[in-house]
Amino acid sequence: MAQFHQVFFEESFEGLDLMEKGLLGLDPGTLDDEEINAIFRAAHSIKGGSGTFGFTAIADFTHVMETLLDEMRDGRRPVTTEAVEVLLRSVDVLREMMEAARDGGETDAERIAAQQAELQRILENAPAPVESVESTPPPAAAAEPDPGAEPEVVGWHIVFRPHPHLPRTANDPLRLLEELAGLGELEVECDLDALPPPGEFQPEEAYLSWDLHLHAPVERFQIEEIFDWVEEDCDLAVMPVHAAASAPAEPPAAAGPPPSPGPTTGSAQTAVTKSPAKGKTRAKGKAKSKDGGSSSIRVDIAKIDTLINMVGELVITQSMLGLLGEEFEDVLDPARLERLHEGLTQLERNTRELQENVMQIRMLPISFTFSRFPRLVHDLSTKLGKKVELRLLGESTEVDKTVIEKIGDPLVHLVRNSLDHGLEPPAERLAAGKPETGVLELDAYHKGGNIVIEIRDDGRGLDRERILAKALERGLVSEEQNLSDQQIYELIFQPGFSTAEQVSDVSGRGVGMDVVRKNITELGGHIEIESNPGRGSAIIIRLPLTLAILDGQTVAVGDETYIVPLVSIIESIQIRPNMINLLAGHGETFKLRDEYLPIIRLHEVFGIENPRARELEQGLLVVLEGEGRRCGLFVDDLLGQQQVVIKSLEANYQRVEGISGATILGDGSVALILDIPGLMRLAARRTEPAPLALTA
Amino acid sequence: MPTILAVDDSNSMRQMVAFTLKGAGYDVIEARDGVEALNIARGRAVNLVITDVNMPNMDGITLIKELRRLPNYRFTPLLMLTTESSADKKQQGKTAGATGWIVKPFNPDQLLATVKKVIR
Amino acid sequence: MHSDNPVQQHTPQRQFLTFRLAGETYGVDILRVQEIRGWEPVTRIPNVPAHVRGVLNLRGSVVPVLDLRRRFDLPSQDLGKDTVVIVLRIQGEKTTRSIGVVVDAVSDVLDTDANALQPAPDFGARIDAQCISGLVSDGDTMVMLVDVDRMLNDAPEDEAA
Repeated sequence: MAQFHQVFFEESFEGLDLMEKGLLGLDPGTLDDEEINAIFRAAHSIKGGSGTFGFTAIADFTHVMETLLDEMRDGRRPVTTEAVEVLLRSVDVLREMMEAARDGGETDAERIAAQQAELQRILENAPAPVESVESTPPPAAAAEPDPGAEPEVVGWHIVFRPHPHLPRTANDPLRLLEELAGLGELEVECDLDALPPPGEFQPEEAYLSWDLHLHAPVERFQIEEIFDWVEEDCDLAVMPVHAAASAPAEPPAAAGPPPSPGPTTGSAQTAVTKSPAKGKTRAKGKAKSKDGGSSSIRVDIAKIDTLINMVGELVITQSMLGLLGEEFEDVLDPARLERLHEGLTQLERNTRELQENVMQIRMLPISFTFSRFPRLVHDLSTKLGKKVELRLLGESTEVDKTVIEKIGDPLVHLVRNSLDHGLEPPAERLAAGKPETGVLELDAYHKGGNIVIEIRDDGRGLDRERILAKALERGLVSEEQNLSDQQIYELIFQPGFSTAEQVSDVSGRGVGMDVVRKNITELGGHIEIESNPGRGSAIIIRLPLTLAILDGQTVAVGDETYIVPLVSIIESIQIRPNMINLLAGHGETFKLRDEYLPIIRLHEVFGIENPRARELEQGLLVVLEGEGRRCGLFVDDLLGQQQVVIKSLEANYQRVEGISGATILGDGSVALILDIPGLMRLAARRTEPAPLALTA
Repeated sequence: MPTILAVDDSNSMRQMVAFTLKGAGYDVIEARDGVEALNIARGRAVNLVITDVNMPNMDGITLIKELRRLPNYRFTPLLMLTTESSADKKQQGKTAGATGWIVKPFNPDQLLATVKKVIR
Repeated sequence: MHSDNPVQQHTPQRQFLTFRLAGETYGVDILRVQEIRGWEPVTRIPNVPAHVRGVLNLRGSVVPVLDLRRRFDLPSQDLGKDTVVIVLRIQGEKTTRSIGVVVDAVSDVLDTDANALQPAPDFGARIDAQCISGLVSDGDTMVMLVDVDRMLNDAPEDEAA
């Protein structure tokens, strides 16, 4: 069974997400058949699975939720805000239980019991008009009359008269007789009375009845179990035969008269009278195929990564062969060389396509990340007393799995910020002539080889004066600096800007926008801010399509080669002496348009021997940007641009400051990829005045 | 070897059913909802259908009703997977033409015992 | 599921790959040896201890190469075509890493029983005793057994600057 646990957990978590999403989409007071049905179905599946796979506590808990949902979908219980909230909280508890079951962790029994009690309270509150689903028919044995009063049972007399339609349920009377015979010696008498004359015989109808004597002291329920499936499709009498008499005993008092044919009589011939099931009259709406659209398989991510590595190898081999081919140009005759070139071109094309396709496997729709926001916004706006409409756009935009995993927390922070600081309370909005309900948009789309995620709101926008005041107070800027609006907005990304004042219950948690930007930068992305006072603000995040491949610029210093991420490069310039300045305490700088940017000499920072260019005019300055700061990187030369497969240095070694990873070049050698923000920090430390005292 | 059509929208349940049955030597065809199952059934006969009740697109009761209309399925055993709490489902299923049911939760042995009852 | 832990009837045998380094013999557990290859130029990593020669491409993985002479503070020697790189597997808490170590030459495979292992004496400051897990004699030769797992973690003081 254990081999199905993983699948069970995966689909259960999906079911929980679906329930949560569905509950958030419910409009209290109205009855949305499809939506409630879908929620119910998810709960139902979780219950069934958890019972089957042995997670009884989860099954029990879900059972109560399912009961409530069942009443709602039948219209027996109104969809109230209260019930929805309780169900949402129950989803949370259920998720925790599921996680604990998956990870072998502890559950909070008190919390579970409290939540279950809350569900129960809702269930009992407004009594459902019709008997609840909980009318679980008691097991047949339980309702058996106390046998203690009876003499010992030595056998059973069974009268079994199938209704004519029995064969149409594919229940073969013969099978039932065989099963009975399995309990002990069976005497069979067949009653042919009902057999019609030959001309009227319908081959699909049952005409035979049986009088059966089972000579075995079995329990009543054992017999009833055999007839369980057909009790509605036959007349059945099960009468005990006692030791004293060899003749069958009279049916117990509760039993009705001996069986008589008739299709409507039902099966109330035995001592056990089962409560007739009340068929529900409402036709259940069928849910649309929302999730059944595309078929998919689950693949271990490690397998995909292996595949990606192999394709990476293939890319390298291919470019090695390409180089080799060029070397053969003098040796081979032109015709064969031509064919070699063709083959290599073909290989290159195939390799690139294969690589692109394999990369695609790692891609997931951003809805995996977006899906948590309806709940978050629902809870937060309720808490803050704000009215918010959340719009999710571009949910099917695909991004790398690692991005999905790492972008969640930064986005949560940004959305919290927007709700807390950006969007105004209803009264303030009305006073400003805006609709009472604010709009928060999360939008994802592809643009120029990047993924762009925007978080937009129509709130009050960033408060320029407040940001400036705070930045002055924190010593992040000085009075005399003349900053543009944009530069002031950017200040919120500075470390140390987030302050105690900003730490509210909602967006606080001690995480600042600097951490958000750091997270984005670590994913190889950029974050920008736009604001329009009184009209709203937007945060724009740009991320690379995939984290496994990088567009790089190869640079040379001395004998060494490094890769600079193309996304960090603003421009490359040949420097003139009049551009260079020496600022006390800041080392070399150069003036680019209106800005003074620090110069980082790569050969100095990395201790590279024998650079070809020592004077700034001899080499090139690559203007770089990272985490909102700019600099000029001094190198010997630019070599070429190429896509490189990113390899981790940490896998076998460790993190190295100023290096984000490595790649393997066409000649099989390793080249290191520069980490621009890290490099800037490293360079800044070198130019700082040395500390007076050394600490050991 | 008898062929069994297993219908369930829950991957874990369906795979568990399929795995158990295959382990006992049956051929198993899987379907994820009533529509898929019905499409399969239109193309071929099987020896037994085991279907979940609550499914998107087409639920198990409707599936049973539809299957009984197919000439090939008039006498095919059709079993529902139900929970103990759905007495009315059992009844609806019977009315639709179900042979019987297997009550969830069940373990592989119970499943096989029931299957052996209806497949000869 | 079965928890039988048979009582050792025989002295367990262990095998070490021995190699030469500045006139002395060292050994590493043969189970840790992934492969042996000739020296080829590596890509230097900036601002790391000098004993880290750089990284090489080992079938698509980027693997650091340590110079054991520098690591053990022995006199340097030019690396040439006779120089050998032993690729070792390092067991971390959660991960397995590969590293290459540069040695003068590979000598032999030494079979020994576990009883013959002796604890490492105090080497004083001469070499980093942390990396030597014990001694074993091979005829007249004393073989210093290198604790592979410690080589990357407990690096000596930063010699880079």
